[in-house]
Amino acid sequence: MLYFDHCASTPPFDEVIQTVSEVMKLQYSNPSSIHQAGVAAEKLVTRAREVMASALQVQPNEILFTSGATESNNLAIQGAAMQKKSRGNHIITTGIEHASVYECCRLLERRGFQVTYLPVDSSGRIRITDLRAAITEQTILVSIMHVNNEVGSIQPIEAIGEVLKEYPRILFHVDGVQGLGKVPVKLHEWGVDLYSISAHKLRGPKGVGVLYCREGVQIQPLFAGGEQERGLRAGTLNVPNNVAMAKAVRMTLERQETAVTKLRELRQHLIQGIDSIPELVLNSSRNLEEGAPHVVHFSYPGMKPEVIIHKLEQHGIVASTQSACSSKDLKPSRVLLAMGCNEARASGGIRISMDAEQSIEDIVKLAEALRIIVKELKPLEKGQHRR
Amino acid sequence: MNYDMLILRFGEITIKGKNRTRFENTALNHVRRLLAAFPEPIVRKEYGRIYVELHGVDPALIVPKLQNVFGINSICLVKRADTDLEQIQAIALGFMTEVMAAQGDRTVTFKVSARRVWKPFPHGSQDMNHLVGSPILRAFPALKVDVNHPEINLHIEIRQDGTYMYHEIVTAVGGFPLGSNGKAMLLLSGGIDSPVAGWSALRRGLEIECVHFHSYPFTSERAQQKVLDLAQVLAGFAGKIKVHMVPFTEIQTKFTQVGHDNLIITLMRRSMLRIATKLAEQHRAMALVTGDSLGQVASQTLGSMNVIGKATDIPMLRPLVMMDKNEIIEISKNIGTYDLSILPFEDCCTLFVPKNPSTNPNLRMVENIEAYIEGLDEMILEAVRNTETVVLQDGLDADTEAEAKGSIPEHEAENTPANSIVKESSKELEDSWF
Repeated sequence: MLYFDHCASTPPFDEVIQTVSEVMKLQYSNPSSIHQAGVAAEKLVTRAREVMASALQVQPNEILFTSGATESNNLAIQGAAMQKKSRGNHIITTGIEHASVYECCRLLERRGFQVTYLPVDSSGRIRITDLRAAITEQTILVSIMHVNNEVGSIQPIEAIGEVLKEYPRILFHVDGVQGLGKVPVKLHEWGVDLYSISAHKLRGPKGVGVLYCREGVQIQPLFAGGEQERGLRAGTLNVPNNVAMAKAVRMTLERQETAVTKLRELRQHLIQGIDSIPELVLNSSRNLEEGAPHVVHFSYPGMKPEVIIHKLEQHGIVASTQSACSSKDLKPSRVLLAMGCNEARASGGIRISMDAEQSIEDIVKLAEALRIIVKELKPLEKGQHRR
Repeated sequence: MNYDMLILRFGEITIKGKNRTRFENTALNHVRRLLAAFPEPIVRKEYGRIYVELHGVDPALIVPKLQNVFGINSICLVKRADTDLEQIQAIALGFMTEVMAAQGDRTVTFKVSARRVWKPFPHGSQDMNHLVGSPILRAFPALKVDVNHPEINLHIEIRQDGTYMYHEIVTAVGGFPLGSNGKAMLLLSGGIDSPVAGWSALRRGLEIECVHFHSYPFTSERAQQKVLDLAQVLAGFAGKIKVHMVPFTEIQTKFTQVGHDNLIITLMRRSMLRIATKLAEQHRAMALVTGDSLGQVASQTLGSMNVIGKATDIPMLRPLVMMDKNEIIEISKNIGTYDLSILPFEDCCTLFVPKNPSTNPNLRMVENIEAYIEGLDEMILEAVRNTETVVLQDGLDADTEAEAKGSIPEHEAENTPANSIVKESSKELEDSWF
């Protein structure tokens, strides 16, 4: 099987799998217990936190372990909104956020907050002028993803941070799930206050993530319960996954430079292949500065993407339609609509997401399969189109 | 700003006689160790100072580390020229161009302080002030000479092998080079004061080994870990530190049963000093260091200090004795022990604390009680025997060193709390997880 769905999830490193099983087997104590076995487990979590912090170039006390990116995003956004609601009720985000940010903002809207969803241009990026114009006296939080999970567009986080430095009372949250390991990340330098990541997108285990919460930033917890994670995240710490996440993140970041070079090469080849098939329209940016190296997104306007996905499967190739979290609804992609694509194009999106360990030959096979599939589907195009 | 080298200047050790070379070499080794992670800089020693040639390393990365070298009073950030008038003038002008670029348009007071160390150089110190200063003053109208309190004092040191220019001088920690004044045992509790006392001792050139008393199971594992973490911070200054973990449960619980609750603290402290004194003898240390601060708690009143201090016959060094709590906290924050110290784990000093501890104990009465307690001397010896030693290195994790103390090592293994639970995962295995 050729796996081209690395944005949805990644194969864990062998070392990660081994670490999870060994820690699970040997250090099963609750790290909050006061006995020695608990202390030993707590030490592992402490070390995992230090490894995470050094990988992200932040302080260990700025790392909160969570159950994954959805929780990290909810904790960041709802936690910041609840903490700051006496100061203001306005939140700025974008129209292309992941569901765990977007729906979180929708929820807050129902609870009386005002939310501005910044538009994006055809490359999927927001404009700094729009951000500036959206900021009001009431603004308490700006939440903008680093790399979009559907088309791979890279947001100008550094420039956004620069603008927000003029407004020290506005918190800046970045959903970094698709960005870490693929694009440079400088949290302290860019003035990021809150940053979400998930382990399983970085070849770590599922069910674990991190929220970076800059020292001095106060938020409210989502859960009532124990005092774990500075009282911000009640619940027994997931020792094996915390340790394994630290390992996965460290390994991913150590490989980042070579991985990015390789991915850019793969991406270039794939884009050439798609360009050579006139029925397909590329949605990802061609510009290296604007598009993440591991994602290529294209549409076959007038063709239901599920058909292409299933056809690809017959060729032993796995890819996705939109994001995995929303791929089951048949509506046109919110992200593509926001980028100004028409409904036919927005409904026909295919996402190829790669890993640096894949080869040019894999890409050649994929491009060849696409060529054959498009040829087969071409006669059916109109019927589909009438719908 | 682009610098060529650093000059590290020694403090008071330069006035010492025959020991000076030893002191300087100790500091030199300390500098080399701190810079081990940087391949580029070249470190060499000169009379009364150490040169660090940067070779491209950003001083911002290494100066904060070097500020912690004990015995170094100040660090100058230096630009170098060959000892040749035209080159000195040119480089001084270039240097000032960089300096002035950061100053904006405002008027800046200025002077040149030239010093001709190498006398064959044809121009004297006074002449050099003019020869270097005039072109600079012509180039920057914003500069105004002020020989008494200049904002920028451009030092020019003319030596045979090169001329060194600097105006930025960073204060360093001072004191005596590491371990140059002998060894002492530090009574490390886990509070705010004792780590600061330890750091003060280190700065004064004392090598220290830590002694910690734990009353497991009345005190927790975490309290012991906290002490190791604090010692680890000290190891960051000392390079390597031994921590002796003394099992104190038996003695402490005994004292709760003698019926003189108000004297428990006095009795405990005296036993601690006896144990620490014995450990000092074993490890060839010549003094005890404590974090006592006069009047802070009942055991630190003058009366208590007198009675408690009589329990040992080696010097008691109390670096913090005349300091206010705020000053101690300030230092603990600077050296990075404060956040650890305030973690809320009970240590044996806060355990079984009576409601009204005596602030002025009677020596004869205390001695009588001690004589009355059966087997106290034996319990003290037993505690010394069962002491477990941990060696901490800077930047590395704790390795429990199998240092057999006196007798019966196999008993020691069974009795010490660190071994009382089977360790299922080895350190190597744990390392492989990260």
